[in-house]
Amino acid sequence: MRAGLAGWAFVAPALLIIGVFFFLPVLAAFAVSLTDFDLYALADLRNLRFVGIENYLELLKSRDFWRALGNTCYFVLAGVPLSIGVSLGAALLLNSRLTRWPALFRTLYFAPVVATLVAVALVWRYLLHTRYGLLNWALGFLGVHPIDWLGDPRWAMPAIILFAVWKNFGYNMIIFVAALQAIPADLYEAARLDGANGWQELRRVTLPLLRPTMLLVAVLTVAGYFQLFAEPYVMTEGGPLQSTMSVLYLMYEQGFKWWNLGSASAVAFLLFLIVLAVTALELRFSRARDAA
Amino acid sequence: MSARGARILLHLALLALAAVTLLPLLWMVAVSFMPAGEASAFPPPLLPHHPTTANYRLLFAARGAGRYLANSLWLASLTTLCSLVFNSLAGFAFAKLRFAGREALMRTLLAALVIPSQVAMMPLFLMMKWLGFVNSYAGVVLPAAAGIFGVFLVRQYALLIPDELLEAARIDGASEARIFLRIVLPVLRPILVTLAVLTFLGSWNDFLWPLIVLTDQRMYTLPVALATLSREHVQDAELMMAGAVLTVLPVLVLFLALQRYYIRGILMGSVKG
Repeated sequence: MRAGLAGWAFVAPALLIIGVFFFLPVLAAFAVSLTDFDLYALADLRNLRFVGIENYLELLKSRDFWRALGNTCYFVLAGVPLSIGVSLGAALLLNSRLTRWPALFRTLYFAPVVATLVAVALVWRYLLHTRYGLLNWALGFLGVHPIDWLGDPRWAMPAIILFAVWKNFGYNMIIFVAALQAIPADLYEAARLDGANGWQELRRVTLPLLRPTMLLVAVLTVAGYFQLFAEPYVMTEGGPLQSTMSVLYLMYEQGFKWWNLGSASAVAFLLFLIVLAVTALELRFSRARDAA
Repeated sequence: MSARGARILLHLALLALAAVTLLPLLWMVAVSFMPAGEASAFPPPLLPHHPTTANYRLLFAARGAGRYLANSLWLASLTTLCSLVFNSLAGFAFAKLRFAGREALMRTLLAALVIPSQVAMMPLFLMMKWLGFVNSYAGVVLPAAAGIFGVFLVRQYALLIPDELLEAARIDGASEARIFLRIVLPVLRPILVTLAVLTFLGSWNDFLWPLIVLTDQRMYTLPVALATLSREHVQDAELMMAGAVLTVLPVLVLFLALQRYYIRGILMGSVKG
């Protein structure tokens, strides 16, 4: 009994905060998304009208929403495999028995992850400069003509993807390294006794055993990459020609630039549902493969 | 391929990746010490010819960097303190104290981990407006003062505390509060360091919510101020890089000092969360 009271007393402050500042707003967001909450309602609540699912229908009819969703999907579809590939590559390098100073390299590779997103996105904005940027200068040695990375609608998203891979690969790398270290050494010895070479070891031993980690990393990264916002905000302001306008950027502009809070809430809910559906698909796909 | 050849190739790959990872950060530092305009040249200079601290002095003297730095430090510290208190209490209770509804509550919280924070942001802003917290430190700190992730991080660790330890103290007549302070907190120390590092860095680096809730420039955190300044001063690469260094350096130093704890947090959060 005493423990019961104490238990509630201990969890109460945290629950209160999470309840008031997270659960309540989430529920309210759904309610707000069913209204025409705008600047007039912000000034006087009597101007608020219930509009049902009209915000959602409007969005599904609007070119801006589909454009933002398309851009975000481009970022996810290209960025996630690239990021995970680089993470896995780096983890394999770090985990090799031949590697000297793996801890030092691990720390170096991880630095971009902790670096403030806004600050390093700004750094990249200059690195990607058409005339004075380091990237075009380096590409010049390979005979590549200067690319207008952030000013050309075809190149702006690839540039942001490049940046995101640089910024994030260290995170999943840490998870992969931990998983690689958990693989028992005798499995590799057995493979070697059977005459397997390095490549076959990777294909037949390492990668199959990494499957659960791969799924976890994929789920986390996909969900994270759908929340693209600060990169275009700092590097391109959504442009050029809206080529880097993401769903979250659209939500921010709808909500806090035009003060269409109803429509912005609908955008947030749609994004949430999309991420939820994609995650469910990933899990189902992996289970189906495990069963096969 | 010989073992020696493999070893050399491996290290070339490691060094190449390290170079790509570090170059942007080193370039940022180098340019921050260049006089205005020097970085806008071809070929791009890698080191300042005449290093100067003019950008940093301008940043503090004319652009209010001291104010933003203080805001960021204060907000991240306050958030961390709150998060330590509230999450450790709740995390411990979920692990070790029996109370009605505990399991159901825990399942609900775990399930809610999938909801991205931006879903809450529009009503949260309205709520802050009605509470008078828009453009105040409270508006930034309160929503992050406790979190589901933090609660579970502490809980996973607290599960390892042996029940006998707590029972013995109870038989001796110690109150739950006293047990928490005298026995539990010392045992939880490592995970609390982890939680502190994660919270501090998360708060320092946070962008979207401070951008929304802080409307007066005097309240801006470093990332928000940097993003805003960069829209007006795109051509001042050197000044902006000084601002970027100022923003990144504290978190990089903190990470280097406590990286063991930080990485434990990532692994616990992703493997068991």
